[in-house]
Amino acid sequence: MIRIDQLSKDYGHVQAVKSISFELSDKQIVGFLGANGAGKSTTLKMITGYLSPTAGNVYFDGKNIIDDSLDIQKEIGYLPELNPLYTEMKVYEYLKFHAEVRGITGQSFKEALVRVVKDCGLQGVVHRTVGNCSKGYKQRIGLAAAMIHNPKILILDEPVTGLDPNQIVEIRQLIKKLGKEKLVLMSSHILQEIQATVDRIIIIHQGEIVADGTSEELISDAKGMTQLSLELQNADENAIQEMKAVIPGINVSSIQQNGNSVHTILEYSNTSDYRKDVFDHAVKQNWTVLEMSASKRNLEDIFRNLTQDGGQSNE
Amino acid sequence: MNSILTIYRKELRSFFTSPMAYIFLVVFALVNGYFFTNTFFLYGQSDMRALFSIVPLVYLFFIPAVSMGLISREKSIGTIEIISTLPIKERDIVLGKYMAGLSLILVALCTTFLHYITLINVGTNIDHGAVFTGYLGLALLGGVYTSIGVFSSSLTENQVVAFIVGIAIVLMFFLMDKLLVFMPAYLAGVIQYLSTDFHLSNISRGVIDTRNLIYFGSVIGFFLFMTTRVLESRKWS
Repeated sequence: MIRIDQLSKDYGHVQAVKSISFELSDKQIVGFLGANGAGKSTTLKMITGYLSPTAGNVYFDGKNIIDDSLDIQKEIGYLPELNPLYTEMKVYEYLKFHAEVRGITGQSFKEALVRVVKDCGLQGVVHRTVGNCSKGYKQRIGLAAAMIHNPKILILDEPVTGLDPNQIVEIRQLIKKLGKEKLVLMSSHILQEIQATVDRIIIIHQGEIVADGTSEELISDAKGMTQLSLELQNADENAIQEMKAVIPGINVSSIQQNGNSVHTILEYSNTSDYRKDVFDHAVKQNWTVLEMSASKRNLEDIFRNLTQDGGQSNE
Repeated sequence: MNSILTIYRKELRSFFTSPMAYIFLVVFALVNGYFFTNTFFLYGQSDMRALFSIVPLVYLFFIPAVSMGLISREKSIGTIEIISTLPIKERDIVLGKYMAGLSLILVALCTTFLHYITLINVGTNIDHGAVFTGYLGLALLGGVYTSIGVFSSSLTENQVVAFIVGIAIVLMFFLMDKLLVFMPAYLAGVIQYLSTDFHLSNISRGVIDTRNLIYFGSVIGFFLFMTTRVLESRKWS
């Protein structure tokens, strides 16, 4: 439906986005995940036509964003980061402004207004001034304005930042509902948020795509490792390192002297279970096992792994 | 055209929902009224020349003040991103905002009709044609200054900076022909032709010359074009 083709953006000498490509299809929710400054917002701004790419292009329906930005913008609803609004307007006026710009007037505006007020739960505030509404309402007003023309594509830049937990759940449910009829592309730097809402995750780091797939795919791509965390007494580091030779298949990923005990993390593939072997080995060596716990690596570890070197570049 | 009107209505509404427009209109009327009536009864002349020479001075500060927020405020609160990603051409955004600013200036100018009414009642032998061309000149001058104000508003996200830059450019056009004595002879003609006062004085004298109209039209066009380019510049890669 929409194709992002080798999109790049330079800010002076800083390469914020480095030749990224992906395709998005209809009726799915895609999460755009990355640390602050990874290039998420810049990419979204290029897709919406706010910024022009340094290189590459965005294609939609045989049109591209550089030459036909107005045509593509008609199909897009966009909620920018930090949700800027005309605070002096009434909610009703604000939505009417958006509708008028998009050529929706008269009866069709009334119908659109009823639809977005219902979808976004704005019943109580339609006649209030935007500036006097709570943050959660403001977010929903921004969302309502972005979808007043029932767009095929909805682009939301950090839609839940700064909301309280109840509001987050509400917005999340709304986005899920919208994803059944539209393409929703939302960005976030919070993994849990993305994981709970989206069908597909694209992880971006320092302007490059480092992972792309459903959360299950991402986990299995990372070769699903189990981490076994151990706390041992009477053991020394060399002896623990030697365990690799005794039990093939495990890997010692860290050892830490902790007072008179040693804390170590072993890694092995999800397909086998080495807990018994490790315990038996410890008994043989006369180590005292103070603690032993296994944990499967989850999406959070993968995210942290992929985006580890800080993400210090400019957004 | 439709989107120009939508922007125009939005800007006009935001003028009149805040106290700013009202304060502006009242102060504009008071300042002009004071300077006009101060000498009007003293000299006892049946013309409005005193008003037509004071309004351009009041414009110098008032128009940059009215137009300073037109674009800079959108930049500072971030709504520029919303308005730029709506399917509207930059040119239409600029035109809508310009027309809204100019409308407020013209409404303000209308407050001085009060003095014309006074003149009709107490004066004799009034040259109505000169009054008409005087107002036409002020309207055109308002158009030029507003286009400069919109332009300076597009340069920054700080309203105060926009205000000061606006005053600086407006003042430059205003002072140009007063500095002619300091100019080398070969430049004097050009500088004089570029100054607003030179063209305004022709119109105020009752002469409507196409050269003057073309001058005002092209200065307005130039600054609106530059504003559009400034808005588009975020896309330059």
